[in-house]
Amino acid sequence: MNKQLSSGLLIAGVLILLMGPLLALQGREFGATDGNFTEAIEKDYPNYKPWFQPVIRDSGPEVQTFLFTLQAGIGAGVTGYILGLYQGRSEKHKKDKL
Amino acid sequence: MRTQHQKWISLGLMAGLSCYFLLSSAQPAYAMHIAEGFLPVQWAVFWWAVSLPFFILGLRSLTRITKKNPELKLLLALAGAFTFVLSALKIPSVTGSCSHPTGIGLGTILFGPLVMTVLGSLVLVFQAILIAHGGITTLGANVFSMAIVGPFMAYVVYNTVMKTGMQRVAIFLAAMLEGLLTYLMTAIQLALAFPAIQGGFLASLIKFTSVFAITQLPLAISEGLLTVLIWGWLQKYGQQELKTLKVLEQEQ
Repeated sequence: MNKQLSSGLLIAGVLILLMGPLLALQGREFGATDGNFTEAIEKDYPNYKPWFQPVIRDSGPEVQTFLFTLQAGIGAGVTGYILGLYQGRSEKHKKDKL
Repeated sequence: MRTQHQKWISLGLMAGLSCYFLLSSAQPAYAMHIAEGFLPVQWAVFWWAVSLPFFILGLRSLTRITKKNPELKLLLALAGAFTFVLSALKIPSVTGSCSHPTGIGLGTILFGPLVMTVLGSLVLVFQAILIAHGGITTLGANVFSMAIVGPFMAYVVYNTVMKTGMQRVAIFLAAMLEGLLTYLMTAIQLALAFPAIQGGFLASLIKFTSVFAITQLPLAISEGLLTVLIWGWLQKYGQQELKTLKVLEQEQ
């Protein structure tokens, strides 16, 4: 199959999987899965107290958003940089051959 | 002219992918690692003890690779960065709840499972310390599920499916099943530590599994698709590295 077409299809697939739930469940607030975990534990073990606190306490959704975005940004930046470098290298290689 | 055209399309795809990564990460939520302090002490110690040897073996394997082929460092960074991005993405799913993929599959296919134990652990440490996501006491357990069970699963699936010669299918399935199994392992760990009062371990396992199974499925498929996508670019532009890795594999 054509490489570009298949890349397009892969991205389209991911977008559909991402947008699908958002469109289908509009107006509903999306919770977090491991919140469900801790709730389930608390139901059966109401006396269990977490015995250790995070080193840096949770400072609210805004700071969380920042840190997660930072993580994704760094990761995406490095990924893009390296792929770009590889692409430039292979194009140079092609030109040198000509 | 033709290559110019191709270059723009690829650039567009890369930019698009980066934007997609950034935009979809803007949803604050706790996701799926076991939260700090949420495993009883004996279990926390147990999982630390189980995970540590894998980590040490992984470090050895990592230093061996970088010493022998320093030019592969960039590709290693890519594998790490891919995991870094994917595990920051809390993606909404069909159940109305959010969870994140792990991105361990790509690196496993490139470098083998042990190297990903180290890279995955680094991601978990970052999240545990800075983001209060996961935790230090539960790090051993989280490393075991995401950075040991995950990559070994991906490794087995990839090598099994590769016998049929369909590489892209093998990559897709490896990346997808790795994500699912990671979360199944998390459920097992929680069920072991917190067996239900009625029904014990099994009842707990079913309960914890039902929490994530459906949520995780579309994310696992997304992860599979993204891994195949990146693989396509690597095949096109990273031939040299892939060849070096093939040679490495044959030597071992």
